[in-house]
Amino acid sequence: MGKIWNLPQFADHIAVKDEFGRQLTYSELHAESCRLAEKAGGRCLVFSLCRNEIGSLIGYVGFVNNGIVSVQLSSHLDDALLQNLLAAYRPAFLWVPVDQAEQFEGMEAVYSSFDYCLLRTGYTGSYPLFPELGLLITTSGSTGSPKFVRQSYTNLLDNATSIAEYLKLDSSERPITTLPMNYVYGLSIINSHFLVGATLLMTDKGLMQKEFWSFFQAAEATSFGGVPYTYEMLDKLRFYRMKLPSLRTMTQAGGKITPELHEKFAAYAKEQGKNFVVMYGAAEATSRMGYLPPERAVEKKGSMGIPIPGGRFRLVDADDREITEPFVTGELVYEGKNVTLGYAVCGEDLIKGDERGGILKTGDMAQFDGDHYYYIVGRKKRFLKIYGNRVNLDEVDRMIKGQFSIEAASDGVDDHMYLFVTDGAYSDRVRDFVIAKTKLNPAAFKVIVIDEIPKNDAGKTLYKELKQYYAE
Amino acid sequence: MTNLEKYNEAFTATFEIAEEQLKGLQYQDIDAWDSVGHMSLIAALEDTFDIMMDTDDIIDLNSYEKGKEILSKADYGVEF
Repeated sequence: MGKIWNLPQFADHIAVKDEFGRQLTYSELHAESCRLAEKAGGRCLVFSLCRNEIGSLIGYVGFVNNGIVSVQLSSHLDDALLQNLLAAYRPAFLWVPVDQAEQFEGMEAVYSSFDYCLLRTGYTGSYPLFPELGLLITTSGSTGSPKFVRQSYTNLLDNATSIAEYLKLDSSERPITTLPMNYVYGLSIINSHFLVGATLLMTDKGLMQKEFWSFFQAAEATSFGGVPYTYEMLDKLRFYRMKLPSLRTMTQAGGKITPELHEKFAAYAKEQGKNFVVMYGAAEATSRMGYLPPERAVEKKGSMGIPIPGGRFRLVDADDREITEPFVTGELVYEGKNVTLGYAVCGEDLIKGDERGGILKTGDMAQFDGDHYYYIVGRKKRFLKIYGNRVNLDEVDRMIKGQFSIEAASDGVDDHMYLFVTDGAYSDRVRDFVIAKTKLNPAAFKVIVIDEIPKNDAGKTLYKELKQYYAE
Repeated sequence: MTNLEKYNEAFTATFEIAEEQLKGLQYQDIDAWDSVGHMSLIAALEDTFDIMMDTDDIIDLNSYEKGKEILSKADYGVEF
């Protein structure tokens, strides 16, 4: 019996299928994943460079289900940032696409399967791992921050079970991948569907590619997930006119969708007899915390809904007192078994136990209405979601100052970051640098040159004063 | 500006690249031409030529050359 999934019980049912016609039954996935885990030789730390490919999936399932702790990283991560992470955590192995293996000189390939290979790093002095630690997820995938979320086996199983319950998943489902495997939303789709014996349709192709839609139609996908930007793209593609009879459910998370798009997709779903499910979550809560029941999607436009089964929401004011009146803003606090253990910033932290005790202060400001449906209205912390990726603004500031030794500050709204500098000569270099480090599309970044970065007497940047330079 | 110049400018402005890079350029050849960049490119082309592209054409436009072929179709009638 694995740590999360009982794969052999679904025997000959197809677990995963890719666009090239390759597939694995649950028995085969079980065998492949056990073989890989055996090669790693027991509990240890592994870095996985993720793609939406079968090899990447075998790694994820094989490691998690067999007690090996993997760090799920983007295969596009900047090399210098990856080197920092390796130095900070000293993993025993890397699980990487074969075509990227040569970038790791001196590491020995000990096993290979489905275009992925297991590289022994040769690092000595590995860090001890807390027994319940199951998986590590980056907090800011793109800036390469060494800060990871520590997720336990209980977290993963509890959240997946809850998701399968509220989405009413069964073995007839065929979700198609639209999100990366280094992203908790993408992983939660895998986690919940493998609990019920569904078939994952795997492709590295995106919504803007013909191959994606050909595979979608040929393999009869029943669901997909998307961040707000995904729905903007679908809107632009005039998705509503596409013939997708197999589609049953669209889920949305990874930031707040605009009320206009919420309305459009909810109305489309209602007309077509499909479900549109707005959800709310964070890596710190494994993945999901709230969902808007699809039958109320039209009526509760702009809401992220109610707590998932097994979870509880409350709002607290600045003095930590619980808010009991509707339409009053407070910080959203979540309680549930999927609240993760805490963070790690270096290898020594991997032995740490549960630091949260099942309670998460989300950092999101919210209100509830008369029916206790919740609405996110703002954010306490300084980060943006750029195309669904969390980008920490303080980290961006630090990176710019570290690289150029100049005065700089970043601010903005989701999908639009503004980089403030005082010396126009640095405009292009700063922008190019941030684009290169985050690996996000340049369309999200603008530089604004101002005379002076506003600061208070203590030298703290007054970010609020930057807002006058861009329309919110 | 000729239609070709306008077409080229939609690419060079969207992806922040030089005109010399356009020949043979394909989807995902450069970081800027990802799904987000693709959406910006389509918006730029639609604005430039005052057209509304069909879904099939939007997802079919996977190279610099293919785009010219698509826009030359009777539906859009852009002559190069």
